[in-house]
Amino acid sequence: MRNHTPWWKWLIIAAVILPGAFYALPNLFGDDPGIQLRGARGTTLGTSQLTTIQRVLDESKIGYNSLRLDEQGIRIRFPDTDSQLQARDELEIRLPTGYTIALTLMPAAPDWLSNVGALPMYLGLDLRGGVHFLLDVDMESAQRRAEDRYIADLRSTLREAKIRYRDVGRNVSGDLFISLRDASNNEDARAVIEKELPGLLLRDGQDIEGTDIKLSLAQSEIDALSEFALEQNMTALRNRIDELGVAEPVVQRQGDRRIVVQLPGVQDTARAKRILGRTATLEMMMVDEEHSLDAALSGKVPPGSRIYRFRDGRPILIEKRVIYSGDNIVDAAASIDTQSGGPIVSITLDAIGARTNQKITGKNIGKRMAVLYIENRSVIQTDTQGLPVRDEQGRIVRDKQRLEEVITAPVIRDQLGKRFQIEGLDSVTEARDLALMLRAGSLAAPVDIIEERTVGPSLGQANISQGFLSVVVGFVLVLVFMVFYYRVFGLVANIALALNLVMIVAVLSLLQATLTLPGVAGIVLTVGMAVDANVLIFERIREEIRNGSTPQASIFSGYERALWTIVDANVTTLIAAIVLFNFGTGPIKGFAVTLSIGILTSMFTAIVLSRAVINFFYGGKRVKTLSI
Amino acid sequence: MQFFKNVTNIDFLGRQKNTFVFSIVLIVCSIASLGVRGLNLGIDFTGGTLVELAYERSVNPSDIRTTLSNAGIEDGVVQYFGTSKDILIRLPVDPEQATAEQSSTVVGALRDEVGEQLAESPEGGLQQCVSPAGAVSDCHIQMRRVEFVGPQVGGELTEKGGLAMLYALIGILIYVAIRFEWRFAVGSVVALIHDVLITLGIFSFLAIEFSLPVLAAILAVIGYSLNDTIVVFDRIRENFRKMRKGQAVEIMNRSINQTLPRTILTSLTTLLVVVTLIVAGGEIIKGFAIALLIGVIVGTYSSIFVASPTVLFLGISREDMLPVSKEGAEGDPTP
Repeated sequence: MRNHTPWWKWLIIAAVILPGAFYALPNLFGDDPGIQLRGARGTTLGTSQLTTIQRVLDESKIGYNSLRLDEQGIRIRFPDTDSQLQARDELEIRLPTGYTIALTLMPAAPDWLSNVGALPMYLGLDLRGGVHFLLDVDMESAQRRAEDRYIADLRSTLREAKIRYRDVGRNVSGDLFISLRDASNNEDARAVIEKELPGLLLRDGQDIEGTDIKLSLAQSEIDALSEFALEQNMTALRNRIDELGVAEPVVQRQGDRRIVVQLPGVQDTARAKRILGRTATLEMMMVDEEHSLDAALSGKVPPGSRIYRFRDGRPILIEKRVIYSGDNIVDAAASIDTQSGGPIVSITLDAIGARTNQKITGKNIGKRMAVLYIENRSVIQTDTQGLPVRDEQGRIVRDKQRLEEVITAPVIRDQLGKRFQIEGLDSVTEARDLALMLRAGSLAAPVDIIEERTVGPSLGQANISQGFLSVVVGFVLVLVFMVFYYRVFGLVANIALALNLVMIVAVLSLLQATLTLPGVAGIVLTVGMAVDANVLIFERIREEIRNGSTPQASIFSGYERALWTIVDANVTTLIAAIVLFNFGTGPIKGFAVTLSIGILTSMFTAIVLSRAVINFFYGGKRVKTLSI
Repeated sequence: MQFFKNVTNIDFLGRQKNTFVFSIVLIVCSIASLGVRGLNLGIDFTGGTLVELAYERSVNPSDIRTTLSNAGIEDGVVQYFGTSKDILIRLPVDPEQATAEQSSTVVGALRDEVGEQLAESPEGGLQQCVSPAGAVSDCHIQMRRVEFVGPQVGGELTEKGGLAMLYALIGILIYVAIRFEWRFAVGSVVALIHDVLITLGIFSFLAIEFSLPVLAAILAVIGYSLNDTIVVFDRIRENFRKMRKGQAVEIMNRSINQTLPRTILTSLTTLLVVVTLIVAGGEIIKGFAIALLIGVIVGTYSSIFVASPTVLFLGISREDMLPVSKEGAEGDPTP
């Protein structure tokens, strides 16, 4: 029978539309204020914490909508912001430490939906508000640090092999070098380095008879180093973000030296930048008390020592050897010293740090130990006129400024172990920020913020409402136009268009692809372009009628003939969308995603679905005229 | 309702000379404008800082300029954004500061001026500020948006944007060459370059800010304009196979006329939503929507007046279209 839709096609349509409607459903419910609790430093929360929290909430008589535990931690939804804030205060006071508490918004969709993975669309930062940072990891500095480690290793390796050397260091061109006492050791030295330190590469084309050996890091070593620096930085950044109390933060690598950090809902971006962008670490060193500071200041710095300065500029002579560093710090907390009333930071070390600390402080009671604060900043190099200096490629040259300050150099009064305190800080805020940065772990290499995109909540809201308005207005205009122009057939196209919107929302929700403002614009554009398939078909039907075909034959050939035109036209648009997706950063990707989804879903609704509906009205009947 | 009762019979290709001159003039003007005035590149490409603030009541940009210059920020551009309560501040890359900090300095200085400081503000609500007296309330100045793009990122984006456009064109060239014939591929790409150049030219001439979303819109325009072109080409191919008689010019003219109602209709529905976006979509999306508006109009024009004439100019004939039909049903009479 002509223009009859077989039952299995209806089945396919139902199998697409019904789940589509179901997965689009959670978007109707909106958001509730909520609290997300996570275990600090990557620990997981379990049912025992869940009952504790439940007890706290019940005892303080705070009403909540739901309380659930999942891989992300514990989520509590509240009926209003007041109970959210009240609960946060109660939880902060009454829970033991080791939690990260974040205020957030949570989908208000009922649990039976979220239990089967039906979640609302994931809104991008431009709709929801929040900060997006792109960080550049300073790999050159990571490399220099590794070279410093290798210099120390070279010294000890040569010592162990009983090869005497005059100097080991870095020369002007950045290569590592060894200057041997005796040229006859050259071959032995090479052999031992190749065996013991495979990460180092002997420079080609140098005199193999002389006293000097030039070395550099092997490419494989540099690659491994970069990989490690990136991974380590991401972990450290995650820890720092935990301290900021953000729900659903994103930390992702991008390429081989960049990290994307997204912090939804963060309002105090200045603080976020301060905490993310800085690389602070502490190094504990012994004060050199055997040599005279005055002599050193006049130029006779003893080898193995260096002059550092306190914050107020006072010089101090310190032994270069680092006893332990920020890497060994497990915990750091700011508080007020009960005796002096000044701000202090209490530090807890890991096993290795504790052992070293114990050994060194035990041997050096009465001597002074310096706590060196190191922070890396990046500053743009300027010429004499104050303009930025550019390299051959036109890129702005940046200088790494290494801020090194001795915070304090107290006399070791006792053998120290796992726990000790740093005094001599200026303010409580300073103590708190220092504690935070120490706790969050040190970065393997300094990072620079090279891109920031922050959207405040009011703009996010405005973007949502304007985007929503545009979709609705555009949709209604097209609906009216289509009915006006094609009457019954227009109505069918409108059904297809409406279901197309539902499908786009469903696919976006299901994929949890990020919906951005350009993404919303993509949906609006799709609304205008999706009717194209139906326009093509309907115009073809009109043509067939004009050519004298019967209504049934016209419908049939209209659909058949327009099919390949529609496919061709859509595939080319899809090519443009795919290129966009590959090129794009965040918001633009969102546009490419909605555009692509819209193209695919519109082909289904406009071709398969509209045909079934038309067949339902006209198929198998004696039809004299079509309402087209 | 129909625009045309019967299939129109407009001699589109006969007007080749006029439209050719028209397009050439537009393209030359576009290139001239791009060369002389250049594009008003946004910070996505140049690097720099952009801060959008919403004040409680109307403010005077010159007051803000004064405050900023007292805080040591001299070369900022301060202007209204939409209303007299919304302020947009643009700063070039500052060599003195670690640049991501600039926006914080700006917002901090302006908040100091009205005597408030950011307090803890939960997600979703307005920003809360604390006054010197210690009272917490909604901030008088709401930070709506901050964008900072480092100079190195800007350079990369410019390069990637150009490459993206190139890849899109190459991809399309290949697809059309496979599905149709090389003359059609060239014709569609010529039409696309025409669209992109003129859209860019208008952006340059009107000095509308060229941002990342605008670039995305231009890529979307490539997709849209092509969509239009392909529909016409499809009909040309079909008619070449179906109509035994007639010169290439006549067949192509007829194809354009047959698809004309569809071309106009789809452009209209698309323009409806694009205009909706311009009116209701907000300031941020405006540039994007304007690019689409220009692109859709130019794209519709080019699919009729540029793409097909180019194919004709390259010397298409029926023989070129006869070999291997990829889908059997086409060209057959109605079953």
